[in-house]
Order: sequence, then C-alpha cells, then structure tokens
Amino acid sequence: MDKSVENMFGTDIVLTSRIRIARNLENMPFPHKMTNEQTRKLINEVASSIIDSNSAIAHTFDLIKLKDINQLERLSLVEKHLISMDLFKNYDKTAVLLNSDRTVSIMINEEDHIRLQVIYPGLKIKEAYEYASRLDDLIEEKITYAFDSKLGYLTSCPTNIGTGLRASVMLHLPALTITKNINNILNTVTQVGITIRGIYGEGSNAMGNIYQISNQVTLGLSEEDIINNLLAVVNKIILQEKRTRGIMLEKQGMELEDDIYRSLGVLKYARVLSASECLNLLSKVRMGIEMGIIKDIDINKINELIVKVQPATLQIIEGRELDSRTRDITRAKIVRKSIS
Amino acid sequence: MLCQSCNQKEANVHITKIINGVKTELHLCEDCAKQKNEFNFSSPFSFGSDLSFQNILDGFVEVMGGSKPQYFEEEKCSVCGTTFEDFRRTGFVGCGNCYKEFNKNIVPLIRRIHGNIHHTGKLPRRAAGLLKLKRRINNLKEELKMAVNNEEYEKAAKIRDEIKELEAKIKDQETRG
Repeated sequence: MDKSVENMFGTDIVLTSRIRIARNLENMPFPHKMTNEQTRKLINEVASSIIDSNSAIAHTFDLIKLKDINQLERLSLVEKHLISMDLFKNYDKTAVLLNSDRTVSIMINEEDHIRLQVIYPGLKIKEAYEYASRLDDLIEEKITYAFDSKLGYLTSCPTNIGTGLRASVMLHLPALTITKNINNILNTVTQVGITIRGIYGEGSNAMGNIYQISNQVTLGLSEEDIINNLLAVVNKIILQEKRTRGIMLEKQGMELEDDIYRSLGVLKYARVLSASECLNLLSKVRMGIEMGIIKDIDINKINELIVKVQPATLQIIEGRELDSRTRDITRAKIVRKSIS
Repeated sequence: MLCQSCNQKEANVHITKIINGVKTELHLCEDCAKQKNEFNFSSPFSFGSDLSFQNILDGFVEVMGGSKPQYFEEEKCSVCGTTFEDFRRTGFVGCGNCYKEFNKNIVPLIRRIHGNIHHTGKLPRRAAGLLKLKRRINNLKEELKMAVNNEEYEKAAKIRDEIKELEAKIKDQETRG
C-alpha cells in the first residue's frame, strides 16, 4: 500500500493524530506581505535548516516547490492532508518538505512562514507532538523565530498566537452522526475551547462521518495542557461513539446489519458513484468491520479506498484528467475491483 | 425560507456552526449545499469560509470600540505598513512588529479569542539563550561602570574582556541564524 495512505489511518475509531505548529521568522514580513525575493530566500533558509542539518533525518526529506508539480499532483497532496488548501492555492510561491514515510510535512510560506505538521496513525498525539517539537528545535538551530516574551510565538493571525499549536485527532463517528448526537457534542466541546469539524464537507453534514477534533485556544496554556485537554475530550467522544454503537446494536441490530450490508452491496455492484455517496457507504462498511459485523474485508482496504476515490488521486491513478461523470464511473470501478 | 446562496430555491439544508461560543447558521438549498460540500478540502489550518476569523473579528471590534472608530484607520505599522484597518478587514497582521504597534487594540482581541494574554508554553531555545546573554551583558556593563568609578582598573579590564567575549558569542549566534 502507498506509504502515505498507510500512515493516514489507524484501525479503529481513531484514524489519525495530527500536530501542527505555526512559526515565523524574525525580521521578515508575514507571507502575504512578502516580495518574491523574500519568498525565495525563506524557502531556501527553511529547507536548508532541515536538509543541511547534521541530523540523521536530514536526508529523508525532499523539498517540493509547488510550482514544480502539476495541478493534479498538488491536489492529491491536499487530499492526503500533506498540504493545506492555502499552500495549494498559492502554489506559485509555496513549498513543502516531506519526509520519506510522509509522516512529516513542513509547509513553507503558508499563512505563516512555517507550518510544521506531524501525522501519526491511531491515537498518538503526544508522540506526534514530541517529534514535532524536536523538528522545531532542529529548524531553530539555524533560524530565529518571531517571538514575544509575553505573547509567545507570533503568527500572522492572532488565532494561532502563543504556542502556535493545533493538535487534532481524526475520528470516525458514524453512530453519533446517524443518531444526531454529534450536534450535542459539538455544542458542548466548544465551551471548553475545542472544535469539531467534518473533514470532508462541513459542520453536521460531514461526509464519510470523519471528524477532526482540535484545540481552539493556543495562548495561555502549555503544549502539554492543550494536548491533555484534547485527549480528555477525545476519549469521552470515543466512549460515546462506542456506547451509541452498542445501543444501536441492541435496539435495532437487524436494521443496522441490514444497512451495513446494503452499503457493502452497493459498493460491490454500483456502476456510478459520486464522491459523497461513496464516502458515506465506505463509512458504513468501515463501521461494520469495526463492530465485527463484516469479517472478511480488511479495514486497510477501506482506508485505502477513502483516499483513492478522492477526485485528484483518482485521476492520478487513471493517469489522465476526467470529467465529473467519468470520475463517478471510474470511482465505482475502482471500488468494485477492490472489494468484490 | 429561501437558500442564502442562490436565493432561488427553498433552503432545506441547515448548517449550524459554533466557534468559541459564536453561533452562525447557514440555510442552503440542496444543490448549493452539495456544491459547498462536494469535497470542501477546508484544511485544518483554516476556518470555514463563511465563519472566518475576520468575520468574527469584525464583531469583536464593533462590540469593543463601536463601529469603526477613527483611530483604527490612522494606526499603521512602521515596519510593514499594515494598518489596523487592514488587519480588521483581513484578520492578518503584516509582521511581528504589528503586535507591538497595535498592542493597545490587539491585546484585548487576543484576550477574547484565547481567554488569556500570557504565553506559558515552549520557549525558543536559542532565542532564550540570546536573551539571557544580553541580560548578562547589561549587568556586566553596570559592573564595569562601577569598577571604573572605583578606579579598580584590573577588575574593569577583566569585565571588559568578558563583555567582548559575550558580544562575540551573540554576534556568532546571530550570524549563524
């Protein structure tokens, strides 16, 4: 399997843990105010701080200037969560450092000069932070960050100031979505400085029932506190999801099983699949596997499909650009081939 | 209710978002919702489009200062030229110095966003070291003055050498950075 896909997902309710740290260089305007010359200099300096370092990991990083790859390849990096939409949109002046197993992505010239991201499969948010922090130290050996003793690390948007830390956990929450309990959770967690959003789609209409739970507050708490708060909330949500699944199984077990197998049936035989339909069906099948209802399909196959059926990645697999209808047909074909 | 996006069809998709207790509702027809939702790669690094920071920020500024007080327009960062009005419009400051120059207006905003204005997290390792060195040099300069005043020239020379050494260290660190 594609290494980046393997790293994208865990095997249970928790898909991935992600750390993102925002940093800026001292004495340099923030990206939206930079000249082309400054942009070039920034990319070189940041890349050099990693690639030319004495660290053992230096040689595992590749610098990709977004203008050097084509539109589909760029979009595919977005679909794999290796770069942000911001980096994608400003492709003529942005770059990314990716390590070989695609767990680290250091975006250069995003909203901030540096957006350092570490993604680990499963619930490993602490480990992800520790590694991110070490990389942060490595960059800092060569670069002086914009830092204020009172406000902390300075960022172009005050929502990220202080620690510059956004810690997120990606959760698969079909039962909470089906029962609409997700809305209650959404209301509750915002009161403790945590947000939930759908990864594909928005708000309560998250496609594929995959949600990202992250801290909202970046200033006034230590990194450790931010992560512990997030973990506390995430653990509660996981428990809720498991309970809800239990109740569904107990009260409407046959209907649930029926729904899961119907979803599998459609995926196995459909000839045209839109992206959103496909993701929602894959979510149900995934839940079936997680609950032990479906036993003969490897969950990694589903994880792989979630990435493969995304528009740009789909077209890269096919090796050409496809219109929306052809994409839907191709998507159905890929899914059919993979799980029948 | 009509769709807020196309204003033509009946809105039958309702989206509620709450960020930091600020609630926004969006009512769309199925087609517009589909369009909005069809692979919205809204990254984890940014907010959703209709509930962007600057929209909320605008609300904050209005609550705190009434609508568009005159002095916002006059404030301008001497380093990057960003005005407070620019920040208010876009949600972005232009450089690190903006935080100093807009301090009076921006700190209350930061407090509203984070509930706090004091960083208690990680410190940049090297910069923290530099700060310490600079502080040490200042102290030594005071000592040097005293030594000279007291005509303790041998001691003064020693201190002078130490200052030179530390300054070279700083210079070395800064050029490497």
